[in-house]
Amino acid sequence: MEGQPVQPAPEETPRNTNPANVGLELFGYVGIEAVLDQMRIKTMKTGFEFNLMVVGQSGLGKSTMVNTLFKSKVSRKPTGPGYEEHIPKTVQLQSVTHIIEEKGVKMKLTVTDTPGFGDQINNENCWDPIIKYINEQYEKYLREEILISRKRKIPDTRVHSCVYFVPPTGHWLRPLDLEFMRRLSKIVNVVPVIAKADTLTLEERAEFKQRIQKDLKAHGISVYPQEDFDDNPDDRILNDKIRDKIPFAVVGADKEHQVNGKRVLGRKTKWGIIEVENPAHCEFPLLRDLLIRSHLQDLKDITHNVHYESYRVQRLNESNRLALSPVNGLLGKDEVESDL
Amino acid sequence: MSTGLRYKSKLVNPEEKQDHEKQYVGFATLPNQVHRKSVKKGFDFTLMVAERISQTVEILKHTVDIEEKGVKLKLTIVDTPGFGDAVNNTECWKPITDYIDQQFEQYFRDESGLNRKNIQDNRVHCCLYFISPFGHGLRPVDVEFMKALHEKVNIVPLIAKADCLIPSEIRKLKERIREEIDKFGIKVYQFPDCDSDEDEEFKQQDRELKESAPFAVIGSNTVVEAKGQRVRGRLYPWGIVEVENQAHCDFVKLRNMLIRTHMHDLKDVTCDVHYENYRAQCIQQMTSKLTQDNRIESPIPILPLPTPDAETEKLIKMKDEELRRMQEMLQKMQQQMQDQ
Repeated sequence: MEGQPVQPAPEETPRNTNPANVGLELFGYVGIEAVLDQMRIKTMKTGFEFNLMVVGQSGLGKSTMVNTLFKSKVSRKPTGPGYEEHIPKTVQLQSVTHIIEEKGVKMKLTVTDTPGFGDQINNENCWDPIIKYINEQYEKYLREEILISRKRKIPDTRVHSCVYFVPPTGHWLRPLDLEFMRRLSKIVNVVPVIAKADTLTLEERAEFKQRIQKDLKAHGISVYPQEDFDDNPDDRILNDKIRDKIPFAVVGADKEHQVNGKRVLGRKTKWGIIEVENPAHCEFPLLRDLLIRSHLQDLKDITHNVHYESYRVQRLNESNRLALSPVNGLLGKDEVESDL
Repeated sequence: MSTGLRYKSKLVNPEEKQDHEKQYVGFATLPNQVHRKSVKKGFDFTLMVAERISQTVEILKHTVDIEEKGVKLKLTIVDTPGFGDAVNNTECWKPITDYIDQQFEQYFRDESGLNRKNIQDNRVHCCLYFISPFGHGLRPVDVEFMKALHEKVNIVPLIAKADCLIPSEIRKLKERIREEIDKFGIKVYQFPDCDSDEDEEFKQQDRELKESAPFAVIGSNTVVEAKGQRVRGRLYPWGIVEVENQAHCDFVKLRNMLIRTHMHDLKDVTCDVHYENYRAQCIQQMTSKLTQDNRIESPIPILPLPTPDAETEKLIKMKDEELRRMQEMLQKMQQQMQDQ
């Protein structure tokens, strides 16, 4: 409801049969809209958290992408001479937390990397450590939440978005990609991207995307933004546009070059400079906008209202089945040993 | 499992003299490499490519008859779609090693048979192994594959899709791969040292060739317009990659090596080293089997041949006589030398 003086726009006050649903007419400025300012000030004071996970085979540019997204050396990659990239034998999870500030707004950003994913000869179940980690964060939150005397602000380590890097083969999703996304899209917001997309021409990109979209649909994999969670028609229109373009074909870069008198982030090859923030070159701006500028809060909301809730319901049902009531907010001892 | 497509195609159109150099593949230089062989008969060259794509590994054979300046080449390309893209890739190279062994076995049988005039050489003379440019070096599956095959075939490692790398990245990757090849003891195809009496230009080329390994290649089936000329390339929003431009990639070096300068050496090494190894192993296995069990039928006649017909017997007797006479002469000559 907009606090417009005197004249309510007819579309905004639907005349339906239930009189309780009809908005009240305001005949003067009340100041309700000021709540937005209050929220803003509060957020600036407390800051907010965002937890991002990046998954993909080694060498697909995950760390560079994170650095490009947040325009700082967020990712843990040391770049001294003599540093050797080493593929670990099992999938490990490494989290790094930074506090980033922009225009007075503080963000506590946690990036979780997954070295070793998909790099072995036999990659069966390489997604298990990742699923375990995600569920562990839900479990942590759940335990805080069901305490009798809870913290004012429960620390949120839940993964809000999992960016999955698809190698730009240009053909189709590999079995590993499908397996991973199928399992993880059920518990977390999965945002697939085509990594190192500067190896695909525009036609190849379009074809690849189409095939990926078809594959995802055929396997019933619902990536972010999920169709089922569109709140209202406006959201639906906006998200449809995004869904049309998923997965974004991205390129990451951490060096600047001179192009037409401007300094741009890009990759300099013998045949031209690939400008990372140029929408004609790659879709990095779309990814950045989605993750940070337009849908960050939505990612957090869906994580909290949908994924976390289903985890919570599942856990509480399990505990009910085992006939252990949550005494003092702590689940029974047997629960601790459960299948997480 | 094999689709043999045989069709004649003339590579050089005599009318297009200006584009002559561009269309010139270069295997007409082969006679310069050949000392004894009759060019009129033509010869065979089999190339195998190993890359990774779908679920199970297939072996697809394509055969082409090419002619250039009167020199005929029967080129067989063996493709291996599916290599390395499953979730579990344990021993995904087995179909490939089996195929190579089968060709050796076939040749062994033919060679040991009675009619050896028209033996077809289907042995794999060269295996192009495409290393992903997205990694930081060799992946576990690359190492395992090459170790399983380096004693069966000439492996020429290549860096695929090199247009996604900037020059400094290519350099680093090449160094890394060379180090790892040494570290893991992988015996890739070594370019033979050129003779000391070759001219400086040739020696320089040879040096450059060796220093560029593994070659970073880009492939294209499309012709695009660049600087007023039609070239094979890839069209990106930021520029055009020209496949045959040495500043853009090592494709020309690869083609020169494979066809213009080293085709014959590849065949020689296949015959003299890999095939002989196979043959020796085979014979050893068979003799050890036969001493264990006399009833096993040997597929190859290694014991006295089935009784030859009268003509051949006569020939054999004559040859034996000749040999004996020559031996006597040799002994006489040795005596004379000792006496002096």
